[in-house]
Amino acid sequence: MSKPIFKVRKSGLLSTIQDSGRKGYQQYGIVVSGAMDPFSMNVANFLVGNKGDEAVLEITVMGPAFDVLDDAVIAICGGDLSPKVNGEKAPMWKSFTVKEGDRLEFGQPLSGARSYISVAGGYEVPLVMGSKSTYLKAGIGGIEGRALVKGDVLQTSGKIKGISGRALHPDEVPSYKKELTVRVVLGPHQHAFTEEGIDTFLSTPYEVTPQSDRMGFRLKGEKVEHATSADIISEAIPLGGIQVPANGDPIILMSDRQTTGGYSRIATVISSDIPYLAQAMPGCTIHFREVTVEQAQEVFETNDRFLRTLEKVSVR
Amino acid sequence: MKLDYYPLGDTGIQLVFGTEISEETNQKIRMFANELAQHPIDGVVEWVPAYTTLTIYYLPNKISFKALKEKLEALDEQQHGREADAASLVYIIPTYYGGSDLAYVAEHNGLSEEDVISIHANKDYLIYMMGFVPGFPYLGGMPEEIATPRRENPRAEIEPGSVGIAGAQTGVYPLESPGGWQLIGQTPVKLYDPTGERPILLESGHYLRFVPISKEEFLTIKEAIKRGEYEVETEEKKVSVHEVG
Repeated sequence: MSKPIFKVRKSGLLSTIQDSGRKGYQQYGIVVSGAMDPFSMNVANFLVGNKGDEAVLEITVMGPAFDVLDDAVIAICGGDLSPKVNGEKAPMWKSFTVKEGDRLEFGQPLSGARSYISVAGGYEVPLVMGSKSTYLKAGIGGIEGRALVKGDVLQTSGKIKGISGRALHPDEVPSYKKELTVRVVLGPHQHAFTEEGIDTFLSTPYEVTPQSDRMGFRLKGEKVEHATSADIISEAIPLGGIQVPANGDPIILMSDRQTTGGYSRIATVISSDIPYLAQAMPGCTIHFREVTVEQAQEVFETNDRFLRTLEKVSVR
Repeated sequence: MKLDYYPLGDTGIQLVFGTEISEETNQKIRMFANELAQHPIDGVVEWVPAYTTLTIYYLPNKISFKALKEKLEALDEQQHGREADAASLVYIIPTYYGGSDLAYVAEHNGLSEEDVISIHANKDYLIYMMGFVPGFPYLGGMPEEIATPRRENPRAEIEPGSVGIAGAQTGVYPLESPGGWQLIGQTPVKLYDPTGERPILLESGHYLRFVPISKEEFLTIKEAIKRGEYEVETEEKKVSVHEVG
C-alpha cells in the first residue's frame, strides 16, 4: 500500500520529519523532539484527515523543492515560506491535491520561520521509541535520523485518501508578528534572582538572536540579575523553560532541549504560546507577561476544545 | 518533611525532596516514582527523577495543576513513615580496564594502574539520574583517591561503552560523542540501543557495578551481544532509607 510521493530536488535549510515527540523516555535521557509548532502540525494533519499527531515534514525558513511522484492530498500550515506548485502560488491552511509530475517548492520566507507539510496517510518512516520525530544529535527518527537531502524519496502509507479543499477558517489562521508577547508562569527558581532581575525580565524587550535553533532560543536584551549562583543541582527541564546562565542572557528551551539541565530557570512559557514562539525568526522582539498556572490552564482548555472540534469534523 | 511543589508552566509540576544530593533523598524520589508507576494518575504523561527533584509532565485537559497537586500530596502522606522496601538492582557491567588514560589517572593520584582498577571496580555506584545524552547515568560514590580532572584537550570522538573519570565523577558513554573524560576502560555492554527492545539499559535509583574482565572476555561478550545472546546480569540489593541516611 505504501507509495513514494515526494522526491527531494532541494533539501532546504533544515527539513525533518516530526510528530508530537518521543514521550515516556525522558527519565532515560531521551530528548523529546517533535514539531516546534504543534498547532500547525495538528491543523495540517486534521485538514488532510490524519490524526493530529501524525508525522509531518517540518521545513525551516528556506524550504525544500520536491518532484511529486504520485497523486496525494497534502496541506501546508505554519509560517508562509511561499509554497508553489508548478510555479503557481499554492494554498496554505487548506488541503489540496498534488499530481504526479508536479513540482512543489518554496521561495521567500514571508512570515514565520517554520512550515508543516502533511500528507493524507502520513509519512512512512520507522517508529523509534514510539515516535517518528527526527532527533539529529542522536541520529534517530525520521529518515535515518537526519534531515532531508537531495535524492531522498518520501513514502506515504497510502492508508487514507484524504479530502482536498478543506480549509481552516481565516479568522483562526494565526498571524506571526515581528514583535510578540509570550505568557509565562514564573519559577521554579525565582529565589535565584533579585527582584530587579525578575522585574527586568518582565518589563523589557528581548531579541531572538541568530544562535537559536530547535534546541533553544538565545535571547539578547537587558541582563537578568541573579541573587545567588546561576547554577542549580541538575534537574528536569520542561518545554518553554527559560534558563538564565551566569551571563544574564535568557535561553528559552525548545523541542530538542536536553532532558535535564543545571541552570536556574526564571519562568516557563505556557504551552499555548509555544506555537507562536516557534515561528519567531532571529531579530524578532519578545515581551514576557506573567500569568498564573490557573490562567494558563484556562487558555489551554480553550485551545484544546478548538482542536478537538476540528478533529471531530476532520478525522473519521 | 513536606515536599515543595512548583508549577513548570501549565504542563509540568516539580516536586522538591531536598536541597542536597544524598542517597536518602534519591531513595525517596525512587519510592515516589515507583508509586506513580504502580498507581497511575490519569493525565500524567511521564516523570523525570533527578538528584533532589521529581518532575511530572501532565495533560491539563485531563487534570488541573490543583487537582494533581492534591493527589500528589495525598500520595506523599501515604509514604510517610514507610521504609524503602523495594529492592534496588545492581547492574553488573563487565569492563576491560585498558583505557588510554588509565596510566595518567594512576600517575595523577600516585597509584599503580592495578590500584586504580581495584578502587574503581567492584563497588556499587548509585545511579542518581539519567540525562546529558540518551542513556547516560549520573553516578555517585566514586572514591576521591582516583579523582582526576578532565583532559585539557577533549577528544573529538569517544567510543560507546567507554568508562571514564571527570573530576570526582565516573560514568560510561552510551553513544559516540566528543568529550573530555579520562578514559580508563571499556564495556562491551550497550547502554543505548535505540532500535532494540530495551532502548536504555539503566534506570535511576538503581546501582551499577564495574567488574573487571580480560581483553579476551571483552571480545567474547561483544560477539555474544552481536548475536543477541548476552544478557546483562543484575543482582538485588536491599537498601533502607535509614541505613543509607
